[in-house]
Amino acid sequence: MTQFLSLLLNGISLGAIYALIALGFVIIFKASEVVSFTHGSLLLLGAYTIARLSDTLGFFPAVLVGVLVTAVAAFLVERFIINRLRGAPVISLAIVTIGVDIILLTELIRQIGPDILNVPHPWGGDSVRIGGVGISENRLIAMGVAGVLIIAFFVAFKYSSWGVAMRASAEDGEAAALMGIRQGRVSALAWVVAGVLAAVAALFLVGAPTPGVSAAAYTVALRAFPAAILGGLDSTGGALVGGLLIGITEALAAGYQEQLSFLGRGFGEVAPYVVMIIVLLVRPSGLFGTKELTRV
Amino acid sequence: MSDTLSAPAGAGRAPAAPAGSAPRRSPARLLTPLLLLAFLVVLLALPLYVEEFWLRTGFAVAGAIVGAIGLNLLVGTTGQLSLAHAFFLAVGAVSYTFISGESGGLGTRAALRGLELPPIVGMVVGVLLAGLAGLVFSPIAARLRGIYLGVASLGLVFIGVHVLNTWTPVTGGFNGRSVPEFSLFGFSFGNDDPQLFVLGVPFREAERLWYLGIVLALAAYLFARNLLRSRPGRALQTLRDSEVAASVMGVNVQAYKARVFLVSSMYAGLSGVMYALSIGSIAPESFGLTVSILYLAMIVLGGLGSVAGAALGAAFVTALPLVFQQFADVLPLVSAPGEGGINAGIAARYLFGLAIIIVVLFEPGGLAGFANRFRSRGRRSARAPGRGSPSAAPASASSTTVTDPSDPPAQGSSTR
Repeated sequence: MTQFLSLLLNGISLGAIYALIALGFVIIFKASEVVSFTHGSLLLLGAYTIARLSDTLGFFPAVLVGVLVTAVAAFLVERFIINRLRGAPVISLAIVTIGVDIILLTELIRQIGPDILNVPHPWGGDSVRIGGVGISENRLIAMGVAGVLIIAFFVAFKYSSWGVAMRASAEDGEAAALMGIRQGRVSALAWVVAGVLAAVAALFLVGAPTPGVSAAAYTVALRAFPAAILGGLDSTGGALVGGLLIGITEALAAGYQEQLSFLGRGFGEVAPYVVMIIVLLVRPSGLFGTKELTRV
Repeated sequence: MSDTLSAPAGAGRAPAAPAGSAPRRSPARLLTPLLLLAFLVVLLALPLYVEEFWLRTGFAVAGAIVGAIGLNLLVGTTGQLSLAHAFFLAVGAVSYTFISGESGGLGTRAALRGLELPPIVGMVVGVLLAGLAGLVFSPIAARLRGIYLGVASLGLVFIGVHVLNTWTPVTGGFNGRSVPEFSLFGFSFGNDDPQLFVLGVPFREAERLWYLGIVLALAAYLFARNLLRSRPGRALQTLRDSEVAASVMGVNVQAYKARVFLVSSMYAGLSGVMYALSIGSIAPESFGLTVSILYLAMIVLGGLGSVAGAALGAAFVTALPLVFQQFADVLPLVSAPGEGGINAGIAARYLFGLAIIIVVLFEPGGLAGFANRFRSRGRRSARAPGRGSPSAAPASASSTTVTDPSDPPAQGSSTR
């Protein structure tokens, strides 16, 4: 039972990180109809920047710069590429983000090389016990920060003028444009927000129990895809639920590896995708996604 | 948007091209098959002259061409974004290795199993099993639209790599296993058995596989081209433009989606077998997400929906890193493996990434669209001013039908 609770807690904390990434993914989709395959490498960019600069600048300034760099990179992608392709088919847009991803990822992996870059989190790699259930401090803080960010996001999404503008243009782009909402600006801002969220997620993703920044962080980031898809690509609440679901699934599958040994070692890394495919079979638009209706 | 951007660039050369081609159209019609024939003859004669490196690259390219044509049928023609191509490649490659491979071996290889059937059986069964895998996945695919399908198929790749890593008796596990040589009715495609000399040139594995590659790639090309010109091909294109319109026209949407998945994954299976033959061994890392993305790069660069474009793109994407590697000491900026700086694989990846972005931004028709634009400019100006009717575009210009008429309906249906 303790093991189960411990896995559950760790799963939730991992899920909170996934939810941050998935949230960025979803708002990009809502604002500019793009499924951003660039997200994994943006996250790696954030992690890399933080790891590289924290020795010279100190930890917190490095985090600030890392978040900034990632946001600016996301902004540039939107301005120079996505914005020029407004109205292009969804597949072309997805493919162009894959192109960006190839370049960015190749460069980052070349920079990182075979090493594992260490991020000197001030909270270190210690773990705490809460009523017999162990969790690393890093993950605990991640849960808190993610919670705050997510609440802030939802408040902004509901009440701020940016949130209203974005929901309006996601609802009906043309009508929103006619009401004087600048689509380009909404979309650019969405990318920036997504970049920030990805960088924050990166900060915690490379902390304990993960050893540090390596090319493998990219694969981990990819697991936010099933999270976003599972919840429904156009549902922010869905991203949250999807993230938690994927995090818990992964933690449980990894934790009960012995019992699941017939599925092979390392099943935890695949479990999110299995869950995603099963959910999509039952609900093709994800758990909370809008059903696509076709009118003739 | 993109058309208007790039049109002025080509406008300077425009007067020369139609003036040359328009009056001489009937000889040009004769010229094309002649050129193709000459090209084929050159290909057939090449093993007599060039080094082994080029022949091996050629076979790798042939394998990629088969795979790219298959993916193009799915993504380019039918509009079903799939990132699962690497998975189907793996099914083909592993099936071939398992069915034609030997059981047991030294050390860690003792656990390996194989059926030791003739390689041709392995190849056929590999293709069929890949097709079966596609067919099994197609109900999922049929339920999912557009981008949901893309990400769901992403999951298939990771599951595939996991299976490759764990199912050791069949796949060889993490380290992979070596692939049996191909042979056909007793004629081995290995280095000897029988020893073969043509005009004094020894025909060893590379030369023999070169011919195998030409035959298979040509067959794949012709099949796909004819498929697209036939009734099912038209149905698939309608499916891409609008599923509603297709079903109103009497196209059975689910059945056609299942069939195109079947055909595409069979192509992938054959490509996987050829890949295994060209490398000589299979390992999980050869069938990861990167491979799927590279295949996507091939068909985007070549031009979505165009069979010849897919072949061109495959040749470009496959050969570029190999050529870079071969000439690393001559090329500027590219360094040999082991030294610092940018090595061949990385340099090639920068180029692919950049090429994808440029193609999507400025020439959505890809290489094929580029070629077509020059060819069709003469015709269009000769026929009628303005855009001309897209439905009257000739069958051979399949990629013009991709770029021009498909986009507006796709937008209309996606906003709802």
